[in-house]
Amino acid sequence: MTSVVSAKNLSLTFRTKDGPVHALSDVNLEIGKGEFVSFIGPSGCGKTTFLRAIADLEQPTGGTLTVNGLTPHDAREKRAYGYVFQAPALYPWRTIEKNIALPLEIMGFSQHRQKERIAQTLDLVNLSGFAQKYPWQLSGGMQQRASIARALSFDADLLLMDEPFGALDEIVRDHLNFELLKLWSRTGKTICFVTHSIPEAVYLSTKIVVMSPRPGRVTDVIDNPLLPERPLDVRDTPAFLDIAHRVREGLRAGHSYEE
Amino acid sequence: MTRSSVVPVMIVLLALVLVWYVGAVWLNAPWQLDIYRRGSVVDWSWLQLVRDTWAQEKPVLPAPHQVATELWNTTALIAPNKPRSLLFHAWITLSATLLGFAGGTLLGILLAVLIVHNRAMNRSLMPWLVASQTVPVLAIAPMIVVIGFNLFTGTLDLTADTARLLSKAIISAYLAFFPVTVGMVKGLRSPELIQLDLMHTYHASPAQVFWKLRWPSALPYLFTSMKVGVAASLVGTIVGEMPTGAVAGLGARLLGGSYYGQTVQIWSALIMASVLAAVLVIAVGLVERLVNAAMGARPA
Repeated sequence: MTSVVSAKNLSLTFRTKDGPVHALSDVNLEIGKGEFVSFIGPSGCGKTTFLRAIADLEQPTGGTLTVNGLTPHDAREKRAYGYVFQAPALYPWRTIEKNIALPLEIMGFSQHRQKERIAQTLDLVNLSGFAQKYPWQLSGGMQQRASIARALSFDADLLLMDEPFGALDEIVRDHLNFELLKLWSRTGKTICFVTHSIPEAVYLSTKIVVMSPRPGRVTDVIDNPLLPERPLDVRDTPAFLDIAHRVREGLRAGHSYEE
Repeated sequence: MTRSSVVPVMIVLLALVLVWYVGAVWLNAPWQLDIYRRGSVVDWSWLQLVRDTWAQEKPVLPAPHQVATELWNTTALIAPNKPRSLLFHAWITLSATLLGFAGGTLLGILLAVLIVHNRAMNRSLMPWLVASQTVPVLAIAPMIVVIGFNLFTGTLDLTADTARLLSKAIISAYLAFFPVTVGMVKGLRSPELIQLDLMHTYHASPAQVFWKLRWPSALPYLFTSMKVGVAASLVGTIVGEMPTGAVAGLGARLLGGSYYGQTVQIWSALIMASVLAAVLVIAVGLVERLVNAAMGARPA
């Protein structure tokens, strides 16, 4: 299995007025092609910082980090990944279709290819009838699906998702989790997914990275033995609960020094 | 205007006209009484006094119908290409205003783009721009009119009319650019961090970030600023028409009226100026609505 993301002794320190903040400390991680990796941990554990470092939105201060064997900067220039933020961040003056076209316009896709990719990705996130709508005409869940379509539109092999469903209610979130798994198995993309929901992490991932704060570090990496085919009620099976338990233990261990 | 707001607006308008008529009596009565005394008229009635104060030739405050009559006589009854027509003067003022407003808006946008994209410009330019607006326009306008007129007619060999138009447009632009710059600096900086990060992940060029994100984000700010700017533009043009050299335009009309005590003429020029201002602001508002609709704004 080739590594899509590889971190060796990675650390990242923010300089602030109140002194340095160690967002990441000595993180070692290999993410293989086609994996679905969840990052879970309390706020301040550096999970979002790690994702942003992969995306070249933050600069590591120590260690090495490669994306497809390149530095994050070079990988970004080659448009190696699509990024989904916590908020949909759709441009309100563009229709859904035009929002999805945004990266395609920037990357110089032909009009014909743009149309093709828009239709394909809208179908992938089940928004085909909404191409001409403006963002405010869609519900929060639909907006976030549109933003996933936008991240998929230029067909990067790596999808980085930063708590994409954090602001949605549980019913919508369950539905989108199910849709995301289907999308992952259809496209075979590598997905890095930041969350602070244990069921979400266990349900979605092939690998769960448990992190703890101050300084941000990896405390456990759990390989998920659940079958790739996962109906929503898999979450009530003993196997699922076992893994959820192990994740919870990992989180607790990371926290114990505070008590 | 919706049907429900017509009635309140009419009531306010009626109240204003009423106050105006009462004010006319109040302010014109001393002069009228003086006339009675000198003509030894003793049997004047109150009704006659009121009527006479509303019909003086050079009243302190002309009555609304006098101004309305003057407006009618100088717009509808005179061909608009004659210098006695108020429309002739309004057009002179309007053309310089539009030219100055267009120039000022472009300059304002350009300065805002420089300020937003260049750290040195941000530090060095803004204090000067603020300072430029603290100089009283009444002090600077005559200099621009005189220097500009000489420069344009002498060195550049333009006709006197063109030179006057350009001088006034410069003053007008001088007042119009500032609100546009301030609004556009705020507007171009209005995109959220997350939207800028998104552009960064696409490896977008600065030009792409500008045209696809900053510019559309700034448009609502631009229109708000333009409404302030267009009114300031008109004031600038009128002030530019007041110093020597200005022979036409609403400003010249105001000044001429005050030289000869033609208060009715002054008031009709004032009314015309406010009608122009209203039309200009409404026009900017209309363009704003069209742009909003094209940009998919949620209907208010």
